Amino acid sequence: VSDLAWIDAALTSARPQAVGALLRYFRDLDTAEEAFQNACLRALKAWPQNGPPRDPAAWLIMVGRNTGIDAARRAKKSAPLPPEELISDLGDVEEAVVERLDGAHYRDDILRLLFICCHPDLPAAQQIAVALRIVSGLTVPQIARAFLVGDSAMEQRITRAKARIAGAGVPFEAPGPVERAERLSGVAKMIYLIFNEGYSAAAGEAPARAPLCDEAIRLARLLLKLYPAEPEIMGLLALMLLQHARVAARLDCGGEIVLLDDQDRGLWDRETIAEGLALIDKAMRHARPGPYQVQAAIAALHDRAARPEDTDWAQIDLLYANLEVMHASPIVSLNRAVAVNKLRGPEAALAMVEPLAERLSGYFYFHGLRGALLLELGRTDEARVAFNRAIALANTPAEAAHIRLQLDRLMAGAAPHQQPSPPAGAKRNAGGP
Amino acid sequence: MLYAILCYNDESAVWSWSKDEEDACMARLAVVQEKLAKQGKLGPVARLMPTTAATTLRKDRDPPLVIDGPFAETKEQLLGFYVIDCASLEEALDIARDLGKANPGGAYEIRPLAVFRPGVAAA
Repeated sequence: VSDLAWIDAALTSARPQAVGALLRYFRDLDTAEEAFQNACLRALKAWPQNGPPRDPAAWLIMVGRNTGIDAARRAKKSAPLPPEELISDLGDVEEAVVERLDGAHYRDDILRLLFICCHPDLPAAQQIAVALRIVSGLTVPQIARAFLVGDSAMEQRITRAKARIAGAGVPFEAPGPVERAERLSGVAKMIYLIFNEGYSAAAGEAPARAPLCDEAIRLARLLLKLYPAEPEIMGLLALMLLQHARVAARLDCGGEIVLLDDQDRGLWDRETIAEGLALIDKAMRHARPGPYQVQAAIAALHDRAARPEDTDWAQIDLLYANLEVMHASPIVSLNRAVAVNKLRGPEAALAMVEPLAERLSGYFYFHGLRGALLLELGRTDEARVAFNRAIALANTPAEAAHIRLQLDRLMAGAAPHQQPSPPAGAKRNAGGP
Repeated sequence: MLYAILCYNDESAVWSWSKDEEDACMARLAVVQEKLAKQGKLGPVARLMPTTAATTLRKDRDPPLVIDGPFAETKEQLLGFYVIDCASLEEALDIARDLGKANPGGAYEIRPLAVFRPGVAAA
């Protein structure tokens, strides 16, 4: 491992804290980012010679502050000089740094940095892009590749988002408990969005987008380190780990999505599953359930089943019922219907699905599941209509092909070979492949 | 003499490794460990989950207090350990140096074992 690789890892890991502190200091995102960049350049020169600093983040904050002040002074010649100790040489940075930096701020610094990215005025796609740029430090081409757009389009998207953030004003006061809880939940939501961008990638796009899942998990780990006693953050991290553990089994060699029932469970990452289960255990102890914990528990039940037929559908049904109360959504009910079908058969499941028709009429998975249930009940004409509707709404050729397969069986008059599967890749579908 | 090699590093940096970096490092470590195993010097080896998975029981009070997270908040965290059997501290250090070449960054604390019961818990 070269020095550079080590330094790169240290810079990446120090980034959220360092940029967060510089943002508090300069109160301007561009200045903070530029100061951090300059500090990184100095680190690349200084660290190979002097060895790594004891506290890379503190080093970068101090040096970033100094270079930012230098830059500001050059830009505004008339401005008064900053206090001498702030622009002293870099040699004594390390000893002085611990005393001078207010370490107690760092939780709020990082949370603020994450929080400004999920400003409600920003569309989800912009929130994610700007968070990946500012907090994770991914380059514009890296983000562009993950979003399957050109570099300049992504550059524009990020610039627009940043302008909006600057216009909205960054909240610099340390948040009170209620506000902090709100920020946390906004940030958790954004992190899960990043994960889903990577997770629900269509066939062929998956390799380019998979890093988004890793990044989301990294951010959730960071958040949980800052707030170690928050059960919902444990739940969020567990949920993503338990889903991501199946990644190697989720795509076939042609890059098409493999449904949960058909996945080779030997490819699931046991180490990641174990970590997810450990986090759920920890979260449950708090007896403060929430949507992420419940979804994680559902994912865990799938991960725990050695074979599809070992899945504890009764427990999954119960958990979805809980989720419906906490987070009512027709998609949650649709997912629950899959469990109900396994438990009580297609009639009961269809009775759950039908009332969702109005809200999910434009949703591929709704018609796919409904068709499969109708088919199981022998209502073939209605099934055919539902399947055709699903094909028309399919998002990818793979989705359409999956439905077409069932249609072909129906036409051939064959008995259905498989039970309806959970909607592949459906958002908020913890049990999905 | 049995020694524990306690592995400390910045976990956020280590858990930021890409899959390729991770695999490459594990492959390098496997070579060193295999050599030790063949020499009959390698005892139990453990890699710990991140400190976010940790829970701490403060038993200096009654009833004990359960806290989420690791015992101490440190810049580098205890990420795993080896137990090795060697003749001298010098040899233990040599082994640590070999492991360190395969997995640079952070620090190893080499600590002689006072009591060792291998136990029966299945891996």
